[in-house]
Amino acid sequence: MIYLDHAATSPMPGVVREAYLAALELQGNPSSIHSAGQRARAMVDGARVRIAATLGVEAIEVTFTGGGTEAVNLAVKGMFWARNASAPSPGGARAAGSGDARPRPRLLVPRAEHHATLDAVEWLAQHEGAELHWLEVDELGALRLDRLAEALGDGSDVALLTMLAANNEVGTVQPVAQAAALAAAVGVPVHVDAIAAYGQVRLDPLPHGVSAVSISAHKVGGPVGVGALVLRRTAEVVPLLHGGSQQRGRSGTMDAAGAAAFAVAAELAHAELDERSEHKRALRDRLAEGIRRSVPQAVLSGAAGRLDDDALALPGTLHFTVPGAEGDSLLMLLDAAGFAVSTGSACQAGVPEPSHVLLAMGLSEADARGALRVTLGPATTVDEIDALLAALPAAVERAQSAGLAAQVPRLGR
Amino acid sequence: MSGGVDSAVATARAVEAGHDVVGVHLALSRMPGTLRTGSRGCCTIEDSLDARRAAEKLGIPFYVWDFSERFRADVVDDFIAEYAAGRTPNPCMRCNERIKFAAVLEKALALGFDAVATGHYAHIVTDAAGNRELHRASDEAKDQSYVLGVLTTEQLAHAMFPLGTTPSKAVVRAEAEARGLTVAQKPDSHDICFIPDGDTRGWLADRIPPAEGAIVDRDGTPVGSHDGATSFTVGQRRGLNLGVPAPDGRPRFVLEVRPSSNEVVVGPREALAIRELAGHRFTWAGLDPVASGITRADPEAASADPAAPDALLPFDCHVQVRAHADPVPAVARVRDGELVVEVSEPLLGVAPGQTAVLYVGTRVLGQCTIDRTVAADLVDAH
Repeated sequence: MIYLDHAATSPMPGVVREAYLAALELQGNPSSIHSAGQRARAMVDGARVRIAATLGVEAIEVTFTGGGTEAVNLAVKGMFWARNASAPSPGGARAAGSGDARPRPRLLVPRAEHHATLDAVEWLAQHEGAELHWLEVDELGALRLDRLAEALGDGSDVALLTMLAANNEVGTVQPVAQAAALAAAVGVPVHVDAIAAYGQVRLDPLPHGVSAVSISAHKVGGPVGVGALVLRRTAEVVPLLHGGSQQRGRSGTMDAAGAAAFAVAAELAHAELDERSEHKRALRDRLAEGIRRSVPQAVLSGAAGRLDDDALALPGTLHFTVPGAEGDSLLMLLDAAGFAVSTGSACQAGVPEPSHVLLAMGLSEADARGALRVTLGPATTVDEIDALLAALPAAVERAQSAGLAAQVPRLGR
Repeated sequence: MSGGVDSAVATARAVEAGHDVVGVHLALSRMPGTLRTGSRGCCTIEDSLDARRAAEKLGIPFYVWDFSERFRADVVDDFIAEYAAGRTPNPCMRCNERIKFAAVLEKALALGFDAVATGHYAHIVTDAAGNRELHRASDEAKDQSYVLGVLTTEQLAHAMFPLGTTPSKAVVRAEAEARGLTVAQKPDSHDICFIPDGDTRGWLADRIPPAEGAIVDRDGTPVGSHDGATSFTVGQRRGLNLGVPAPDGRPRFVLEVRPSSNEVVVGPREALAIRELAGHRFTWAGLDPVASGITRADPEAASADPAAPDALLPFDCHVQVRAHADPVPAVARVRDGELVVEVSEPLLGVAPGQTAVLYVGTRVLGQCTIDRTVAADLVDAH
């Protein structure tokens, strides 16, 4: 099996696995007073320092979570609540219950966000009085700053702007610094979902105006179920989980081994970031060129397809659509040929739906169905890319003929 | 692989027979429920997880194929339109005809597969010349050849029913148990899969706006009123709430539903009996009756139109009009592009839209969708 789905989850490097296993040997709850507890606490806090260093923030600004989705939910919901609880209401009292009018009801959300964000903001709209203001993205999938500026207005009624650092499907790097500057100018805090970008591109130093950043361990070779929310000193969240107040904004026993393994993986990814980027970018370009040659009907998506501005694209992501084919047919055929790739979009019971990201980029529902995402890792080889290129034309031909059969049914008529 | 025990065991047998098998679960709704409820056996996320576990146990790849749009158009909307037209459709049949052995099969063939195997209880027999015939399953209680009667020669050529010769469902469950499949004791499904609570009338009423109309007798005399004609089925007795008693005081039954005039026609039980049924939408499963040596072309009734189906001389067969109805002896012929079936004894509860499947012995010969029926007492009267 040739694994080319690193954006879904990236295999754990040996050095991370060893650190994880060693950490699992340790006894003690990081919140316990005794020496065993102190050793566990030292492990968590050490990990916190090392994660903080990858983003140029301070240790107190890192809150470990049970994964990326929890970090995003804590940021989006927690900041929405905090922004609406601390603002004085017109009568001078403080808005508290959900029954009260919200002083800052508006949430600014680009249309091409990950489902962790989309579903969290939809929930806030349905249950907590949030008003969603959807922001358009351009044909590469990048947030349109002109639309953001319009939407911000004077910022007085805006709870927050939440946005990706890089799109998880098509890999387009977002204009975070410019967006954060616009938001900061009118006092609106910004949450950045950096789960797809972390370890792929440098995020340090965090731009002025960014209040919170979500990251996830398993996307950089750490364990699944471990993530972190970076919360700047000036930012406030209302917690999602109530309990022992073990961390800033989060209750629950801290996962010392998970944090330690995350830190090792994150450090490794950042220490090797430049060489990994160069390696993946060269392979990605080789793949893109090969696809142009052998599958000319494929349309490369996002900035990676342009090859003229590398700053706009994650180095290891290549996304394309094949007209008349269904992405799930391509995926199945490539799976049978020994390649693990993705359609890129969220699955409900394993059913690929037309990607909201591609629709937001202006693709038709029919074209969006033919999506395939190939994401490379540090250990991906030239031979693996060439093997995929050798297998792709036959898979595309078959998937297109299956797509045609679906459009022009013959049997049973 | 629906997630039920039949398709899991059918898959296991296909794998064991040495075929290169891929498990496919059909997503037939964009908004699947999370948990299985009542007697449904498909379509929820829980069912897809059951199917996935079975595939994993059998060591084969597993995928979910989204046919929700095709299913909506070809099965669900068809079901509603048929009821709105006063007919009684069979959605499982339509699903076999248009989804499982059409959309799914065509996609599979295009992707390089040779056949679609399902957990249906039916048996495919290949004769000495290599022609494929569809037969009843060995277990007559579970036999599903009726709902497969719509399959054409081409569809049969790419169909596999590994459970067809199994003596009983108990054997299938025991085999699932022995193979360690977790669905071994999962309950059978009965209801229409897209109507979660099994309340077909209520479901239809939400989709076909009911309008008040008249209940009339066979002479057209009003005898009562109803809240919506499409909520009645031919043969129904309850729920008529007729104000005027029948002249002879005997119970009356729905004989006909007329959506165009929004009328429901009622009459005595014996008027339900039909002597003849006919339909112009008919297909042969495998070799047609002439090639099978069952009958010959009728030269006198042959149409001048070369595109029209041949007229066929009358031939003996059995006809079955519902999934669990008994087959009755009949004489069938083709005349003026219509398959006409005359039953040897009066048949009850036959409504337009139902499918009549013709059998010769255990073999499915073909089928037609019933367009019209002739009441037995009217035939006698003439």
